[in-house]
Amino acid sequence: MALIEVKELKTYFKVARGTVHAVDGVTFKIEEGKTMGVVGESGCGKTTLGRTIIHLEESTDGQIFYDGKDITRLRRKELNDYRDKLQIIFQDPYSSLNPRKTVEDTIQEALYLSKRFDKSQLAGEVTKLMNMVGIDQRLRLSYPHELDGGRRQRVVIARTLAMHPKFIVCDEPVSALDVSIQAQVLNLLQDLQEELGLTYMFITHDLSVVRHISDDICVMYLGQLVETSPSKELFKHPYHPYTEALLSSIPSTDIHHKRERILLKGEITSPIDPEPGCRFAARCPYATEACKQPQKLEEVEPNHFVSCCRIHEIRGI
Amino acid sequence: MEKDFLKVEDLFVEYTSEGSTVHAVNGMSVSLEKGKTLGVVGETGAGKTTLAKSIMRILPDVGAFIRGGKISLEGQDLLELKEEEMIKIRGRKISMIFQDPMTALNPTMTVGKQIAEVIEAHNNFSKEETRKRAESMLEMVGIPAERYDEYPHQFSGGMKQRIVIAIALACDPELLIADESTTALDVTIQAQVLDMIRGLRDQFQTSLIMITHDLGIIAEMSDYVAVTYAGQFIEYGSLEQIYDHPTHPYTVGLFGSIPHLHEDVRRLTPVEGLMPDPTNLPQGCKFNPRCKFACERCRQEKPQMVDIGGGHLCRCLRVHELEELRNGID
Repeated sequence: MALIEVKELKTYFKVARGTVHAVDGVTFKIEEGKTMGVVGESGCGKTTLGRTIIHLEESTDGQIFYDGKDITRLRRKELNDYRDKLQIIFQDPYSSLNPRKTVEDTIQEALYLSKRFDKSQLAGEVTKLMNMVGIDQRLRLSYPHELDGGRRQRVVIARTLAMHPKFIVCDEPVSALDVSIQAQVLNLLQDLQEELGLTYMFITHDLSVVRHISDDICVMYLGQLVETSPSKELFKHPYHPYTEALLSSIPSTDIHHKRERILLKGEITSPIDPEPGCRFAARCPYATEACKQPQKLEEVEPNHFVSCCRIHEIRGI
Repeated sequence: MEKDFLKVEDLFVEYTSEGSTVHAVNGMSVSLEKGKTLGVVGETGAGKTTLAKSIMRILPDVGAFIRGGKISLEGQDLLELKEEEMIKIRGRKISMIFQDPMTALNPTMTVGKQIAEVIEAHNNFSKEETRKRAESMLEMVGIPAERYDEYPHQFSGGMKQRIVIAIALACDPELLIADESTTALDVTIQAQVLDMIRGLRDQFQTSLIMITHDLGIIAEMSDYVAVTYAGQFIEYGSLEQIYDHPTHPYTVGLFGSIPHLHEDVRRLTPVEGLMPDPTNLPQGCKFNPRCKFACERCRQEKPQMVDIGGGHLCRCLRVHELEELRNGID
């Protein structure tokens, strides 16, 4: 059964010039123990989507299910039962740690708040968590400014695990790190998932990272889901014109097989009070009159959904 | 002379701060032909940007010291030049595209004026002619000339970066240094900007130094590749030499750190450990504390660049044993 499910989820923000449709009718499921990658460019709503699912933003419309239960409109008190289970790791480990707390204090505070242990057990649990995420015990009394980015992100991960979560939104957790450190942290996240049966929603703009870590991928454009499918299938058959262009834009390390690059014209349009039709139409090489109608997500192959009215025509499927 | 259009020889740069000395560049040597692209790849703190700033001679006045070495452009030693002479070279012969277009542009000046400023500094054109040239630069990077009188905040991130590029190219430089110039952009916009840089380079036969941590960008843009670690080049060769036969254990680790788009690996195989502290670099080979093949000799002796065939250079004492050592581990 799906651990997390969202149906027609919408998150709007009112601004002076109108309403920002940050997340606009997104539907998907994440199975327990799996990783859902969410990709898209800046401003596509991927972070808002993650924050909405774990109730850091209030949804405007739609439903969120955790383990089959509707948790969309919970009251504060009821919500507290879910806070532990739904956690998030932010992009920037520099700003998500309290600069005045040592590694030990940071992790211990989370353990204490999770109410799973007696005071006397806390120190021992801190040791366990530090070992689990690979931070040397000698750094127990270090402050965040004394640690490098990779170790800080490990402290953040340890603090998250202290809450004993089931579902973690990983919002660009390795984007601020150097490649060799990035790989170390990715390996750690994968090991923890196997060991603890965690479910991840992995938000990133780095497509090679997302392919590596995800079981399924959602591609977002201006608040909407344009395509979702199992990870390998998506890279093999990127059907939506946006996905196709996005994948072809990644600089490849394969120097012997030059791929054809689809260069998109223009830039992402405004998410404020968008027109009803396909939001990608303005940059899409295949756009026609029909694209001005609202688009529906359609299953074109088993588990492979695309939101494009011309998909059969342009892909011959 | 062709080969020696740009020549960096044994460059050493240090920074001092709060009493400690940061050894940022520790003996870098490289040369570049006209019209070719050198990709410089490495992680934070490897000395990539310091190299670029040394070539441009824009290191901070206080606290930065070039301790040794030579940088020559067409045989002229840039480090010997007076600042007035350097001003004539900067922007005209050598230009640099910085990483962050938000900070590289002046927010209180129209974008057109910022391009015109460079043209004025190096030419004696009339006002109209200068404006005409600045407008044509805007068009060249795909921005309508009508937007000449707009300010940076009126443009999107990708457009701002293109304006920065227009400024860098305004006087047809012979050498262009792009320091992480597309890192802040989204991939589809990055693809547009890289495509543009590539087109302009080919059109004007500009030499290009592409500094990035992204091995994909290096692969798409470069003729030669220099892998940087702790202020040194640890491997250098043609694109094919480096990508088909990465040899230095650090280069191999760097390739093992990135997930590939067409290959499935369950686990990445990065270099373990961290970059060394630049105020306290290890004795001997600077990579030895993280290297799984390090032996006593590596902790004592400083390795030199060794030619392992056809100009493919590698800075490793055990370079000829590496293949055997790797097979032993697998």
